[in-house]
Amino acid sequence: MRKVAIYGKGGIGKSTTTQNTVAGLVEMGRKVMVVGCDPKADSTRLLLGGLAQKSVLDTLREEGEDVDLEDIRKVGFGGTYCVESGGPEPGVGCAGRGIITSINMLESLGAYEESVGLDYAFYDVLGDVVCGGFAMPIRDGKAEEIYIVCSGEMMAMYAANNICKGIMKYAQSGSVRLGGLICNSRNVDNEKEMIQELAKKIGTQMIYFVPRDNDVQRAEINRKTVIEWNGAVPQADHYRNLAKAIDENEMFVVPKPLQIEDLEQLLLDYGLLSAA
Amino acid sequence: MPTKKKSAMWDAAAIKEELLKKYPPKVARKRAKQIVVNEDNQEIMANVRTIPGIITMRGCTYAGCKGVILGPTRDIVNITHGPIGCGFYSWLTRRNQTETTEENPDNYMPYCFSTDMQDKDIIFGGEKKLEAAIREAHAIFNPKAIAIFATCPVGLIGDDIHAVAARLKAELGCNIFAFSCEGYKGVSQSAGHHIANNQIFKHVVGENDEVKPGEYKINMLGEYNIGGDAFELDRIFKKCGITCLATFSGNSTYDQFASSHTADLNCVMCHRSINYVADMLETKFGIPWIKVNFIGAEATAKSLRRIAAYFGDKKLIDRVEEVIAEEMPAVKAAQEEVLPKTTGKTAMLFVGGSRAHHYQELFAEMGMRTLAAGYEFAHRDDYEGRQVIPDLKVDADSRNIEELEIEKDEARYKARITDVERAKLEAAGVPFKDYKGMMPEMDKQSLVIDDLNQYEADKLVEILKPDVFCAGIKEKYSIQKLGVPMKQLHSYDYGGPYAGFKGAINFYHEIERLVTSKVWGYMKAPWQKNPELSATYVWE
Repeated sequence: MRKVAIYGKGGIGKSTTTQNTVAGLVEMGRKVMVVGCDPKADSTRLLLGGLAQKSVLDTLREEGEDVDLEDIRKVGFGGTYCVESGGPEPGVGCAGRGIITSINMLESLGAYEESVGLDYAFYDVLGDVVCGGFAMPIRDGKAEEIYIVCSGEMMAMYAANNICKGIMKYAQSGSVRLGGLICNSRNVDNEKEMIQELAKKIGTQMIYFVPRDNDVQRAEINRKTVIEWNGAVPQADHYRNLAKAIDENEMFVVPKPLQIEDLEQLLLDYGLLSAA
Repeated sequence: MPTKKKSAMWDAAAIKEELLKKYPPKVARKRAKQIVVNEDNQEIMANVRTIPGIITMRGCTYAGCKGVILGPTRDIVNITHGPIGCGFYSWLTRRNQTETTEENPDNYMPYCFSTDMQDKDIIFGGEKKLEAAIREAHAIFNPKAIAIFATCPVGLIGDDIHAVAARLKAELGCNIFAFSCEGYKGVSQSAGHHIANNQIFKHVVGENDEVKPGEYKINMLGEYNIGGDAFELDRIFKKCGITCLATFSGNSTYDQFASSHTADLNCVMCHRSINYVADMLETKFGIPWIKVNFIGAEATAKSLRRIAAYFGDKKLIDRVEEVIAEEMPAVKAAQEEVLPKTTGKTAMLFVGGSRAHHYQELFAEMGMRTLAAGYEFAHRDDYEGRQVIPDLKVDADSRNIEELEIEKDEARYKARITDVERAKLEAAGVPFKDYKGMMPEMDKQSLVIDDLNQYEADKLVEILKPDVFCAGIKEKYSIQKLGVPMKQLHSYDYGGPYAGFKGAINFYHEIERLVTSKVWGYMKAPWQKNPELSATYVWE
């Protein structure tokens, strides 16, 4: 089983990209579990056809210790297993501690056991790694491959670079590696070249460039992944390609994050200067 | 005795050098400012963070707030908001005793109240559970007041304990207030004392204007009734005809705090934990304060004379002299009895924010010398005297603790003495707002060490071989293993009281027993007698 975590700046499209890619993997015959690590519990909406999920933490709170895997794991599109860790309402308690508790709960319930026959476990993690709890999926070998969703916008690249710092910290003591950057295009000038260059400087690859297409929004409004909504549109093929690239990926590195000056220089070289 | 010969080889500067030798340069530089050889006007660094990795003797802010200051008050329900260990391990561990009265039989000290936070309370927030706990405590006990104490996780997850307290106070009509005393705040338990005292001042002091009967009304500030110290002081005050309205906070009650502003003099025992309360009571209500010390028979007599001189009433002055004359023969007799065995013996004291100073009086009365002393959580003024206060550096850690802005209470302020009277008293040897600190009263060339740690304690004992070492429970057993008797001055082990006249007698006998016993010296660990393995470190 490959254990994959998706990180990236808030609002960059992690959940959308994750679910659409998972749909591509499912088409290829892979067995996948998606674990949403966001208190908003909206990481599996497209796979389940709506927010029908009761989160691990809500279940734990209501049922006490007596929780079955079936209480917290729902079956979504193409037989994917969907889990939402959940968390407190905004401004209360500790969501980070919630992530830790719910991943431990999944483990103790045997969600990762070989008999389940998973090919992939995907962790979709809240935008910014604000505290230790949100780094949980990359600690202790819970996730071994990280993909960072980014775009050519400056803050998205800053965030990607910062996440690399976190990966580097845990890579030194564990098995976690960076699998690549996924560019979720915002139609920024020279976006593809710039992210390719960023990836090269960090020591990884841009594993795929997902163009911007309103079909993604159309599918979302129907609570579906693009592949499920209309598998014939070009965007569906892009997600299939991304799924294939991840499935065939063999490049796993310990990232070398950039100094802030170097990152800004990159933006000047590719973005601002040529646009001027 | 070989031990004496050994210590004679060392002078204080050489010991300091030896203590610093093992440290990396940066650590050594910092510790060098906290380990000083006592001289006139010697500066010491204090109230700064312990260097990570050093096994400090300090406690946490929560311990200072809940355990030390509010622990000895019997009729406030103290609820720890946190996991169960914090509440349990801060419960009655200081042996602060209490005695109920017929009029006020409430005593919640035998109870340990905690919200017992679980994983799910951390994740989803603990305010609801706290509210339920307060309601439950209120329904069962209907106390005068409920206090809530924050532990570390409460600060991390941001439970608004003050809002819960205010809401339930309005609803239940019971005085409910909270302390943001998370363990990690501040550099030591001293921060917790400050947080506790500020809230007591804000929420309780001045709540009851009823004038209590009695003459010569004083408050005792910074007396915590360890081993019954406050009982002995109450006995002496009663005998002298002095009315102690409130003790902060040994054997205290809610109502004592509430009406403490009606006293005419504040007597400060532990300068560290409470001098700011004395200042606030003076600013707001016009009550002057003097420093007293009831540890040591001579010190007790001196403090009583100061109180009498302040009130300036011949009846009281004469009565105090009579009491001293009545009490002293027994003290002298005990002193005569122990002196042959204790004279020339040596002690080390590393405890508290005033105890390391006060107990030197008792040791001096026994003919014993204090070789080295230091505080766990005191500030520079407790070492060097209050004249350094304007020069104290206000760092980020001090700013983290609320400093109350106090103004004169126009309706209730009453200057107890005029400026002329004050000047006259000061000229006659009753200094107000004055504390000279520990260092001026210690021998020159003795060692003064702030925030001593395990390594330094072991090393000091090894080099100087004192006849008794005084600190707290964390140090007790490691010192005893070094073959040296150890006396706890936080909890008094199983003894006490040691304050006042009878306390002095108790202390003489206890210390005589310890310094003449060789039991710890005879003890050998199994591996010292019969080493099965021997080895050397690679760097040796």
